[in-house]
Amino acid sequence: MSEAGKEDGAPLLEVTDLVKHFPIKRGILIDREVDQVRAVDGISFEVRRGETLGLVGESGSGKSTACRAVLQLIEPTSGSVRFEGREIAGLGRRQMRPLRRQMQMIFQDPYASLNPRKRIGQIVGDPLKRQGVASGSELRRQVQELLERVGLSSEHFNRYPHEFSGGQRQRIGIARALALKPKLVICDEPVSALDVSIQAQIVNLLDDLQDEFGLAYLFVAHDIGIVRHISDRIAVMNEGKIVEQGTADQVCETPKDEYTKKLLAAVPIPDPRESRERTKA
Amino acid sequence: MSAPLLSVKDLRVGFATEDGVVQAVDGVSFDLRPGEVVAIVGESGSGKSVTAQTLIGLTRANNARIEGSVKLGGEELTSAGDAEMRQLRGERVAMIFQDPMTSFNPVYRLGDQIVEAIRAHRPDTSKKRGRERVVELFEAVGIPDAERRVDDYPHEFSGGMRQRAMIAMALALEPEVLIADEPTTALDVTIQAQILGLIEELNREHNLATILITHDLGVVAEVADRVLVMYAGKVVEEGTLDEIFYDPQHPYTWGLLGSLTRLDRPRPHRLPQIAGSPPSLLDLPEGCPFRPRCPHEFSKCPEYPGLEARLPESSGHRDRCWLTPEEKRERRMVEGQIGLEAPREVGQA
Repeated sequence: MSEAGKEDGAPLLEVTDLVKHFPIKRGILIDREVDQVRAVDGISFEVRRGETLGLVGESGSGKSTACRAVLQLIEPTSGSVRFEGREIAGLGRRQMRPLRRQMQMIFQDPYASLNPRKRIGQIVGDPLKRQGVASGSELRRQVQELLERVGLSSEHFNRYPHEFSGGQRQRIGIARALALKPKLVICDEPVSALDVSIQAQIVNLLDDLQDEFGLAYLFVAHDIGIVRHISDRIAVMNEGKIVEQGTADQVCETPKDEYTKKLLAAVPIPDPRESRERTKA
Repeated sequence: MSAPLLSVKDLRVGFATEDGVVQAVDGVSFDLRPGEVVAIVGESGSGKSVTAQTLIGLTRANNARIEGSVKLGGEELTSAGDAEMRQLRGERVAMIFQDPMTSFNPVYRLGDQIVEAIRAHRPDTSKKRGRERVVELFEAVGIPDAERRVDDYPHEFSGGMRQRAMIAMALALEPEVLIADEPTTALDVTIQAQILGLIEELNREHNLATILITHDLGVVAEVADRVLVMYAGKVVEEGTLDEIFYDPQHPYTWGLLGSLTRLDRPRPHRLPQIAGSPPSLLDLPEGCPFRPRCPHEFSKCPEYPGLEARLPESSGHRDRCWLTPEEKRERRMVEGQIGLEAPREVGQA
């Protein structure tokens, strides 16, 4: 929702005809490729500086695979991924490492994405240490500042993940993602594992951080209500393809694609009278 | 109004742990009538699932203390023996769970598992007759090509189809009460809509009484007749669907309603949020447990009010908040919508 940097014309991330197919192999001694799962089947989109692109779709639509392929966590089958104008599709781990500072990820499950044997200070500070940004007391200071920024306390530095609630763990995940001051953060279902009253807190926090640091988000979720709230633009994915793309209000209020219409019509309206109206219609 | 089929009175469930007794359910009462859908809404740790599981004796354990009364058609269930409960589960009260993947045994065919459940209760059913019954059930819950699919294994079914198979199994013995614990949480919205439609149809056509456990008020709005809102083991508000949505009395309910994203309304600049996080059941604040998160807290709150009808026009609409109905109607309006106003000091999750 931030306006920061939007006048800057070139997109931060530009994805063109991205394809990721997984082979299906059969055979006893010799694996033959008999078919392919077209998880991501030629998608194109761009994320501009400081903006949020929402990616919605149902399970199996390919949205998580798309995220991973963008980050080069899995190698795309074909297509182009440009970050700040530079082609990154097919780059190796070592070549990607300096770029990882610029693009970070927040995961769905705050219980599974933090190492239970590490202290919070280590978890959040590790990216800073590995990239050689800070060490020693400076590292500690930066981590404590980050913890406070995401709504935790600097005293949490020495605690372990199990001492925190789901919402707090997601804040830790956010602090870790922000440690290197990235330009792009990919959020893969960041609130869907959280309680309703906590979801809004995290969404608002992401909003504030975007304004403060000029972050761009690729926000992936199945909850269209949340996606519409946080996104400037929305892309709808179905069966590996983007079926519709537009501003958040356009897509939600005047959807053009049949699948988008079906998806929107299935979202329950938390209003008994309107829900009854809709059932009658 | 018909007599209640299921009547829960002052149900209390506590679990002894190393750190003390966790009072997961603390005095819950409600009635369920044939054909009615009662929704129990709450966040994790509110006691909604423990309430549901206790009804059919699933929380009986060495460290559990269950008090109060659960009556099904006049018969007391809390003191019923294990064999009796086993007989009653499936036969009179059936339950469906959130995750249909873990509710079936992955190494047996779905049809065989359901036949086994039928034969456990009706031993004289032949395997052939049992299989026919499963085909009927699969057709009733909308599984296409039922004749062939009864021989499939669980992994061959999609999430939505598996949830249908679970509903089919729950309905196999024609129970009077269905308990659905987050039945659509793991499903995509388009599938969720189908499953909710199916539950509604069963209610209408078979007069099935349903207890729906959920955290999603959108789902509640689609199917429920009555709603109980739970917080920290207690019911903080109960009423008809419309009472809860259009005249909510408890600040926690306002917060839940306010934090919903609505596709049919312009998006707000900020998503209304409830500050803080639910309290630990081992360390509850004195008085109202919502007090630390509530912007409307005042001098009376250190004492927890009873669940009482505070509105002259509706004896069934009860809540636990000291504010007067006039104060509530005024304070719950935030920028023209029902919601919880921003906290006085910002607490965090």
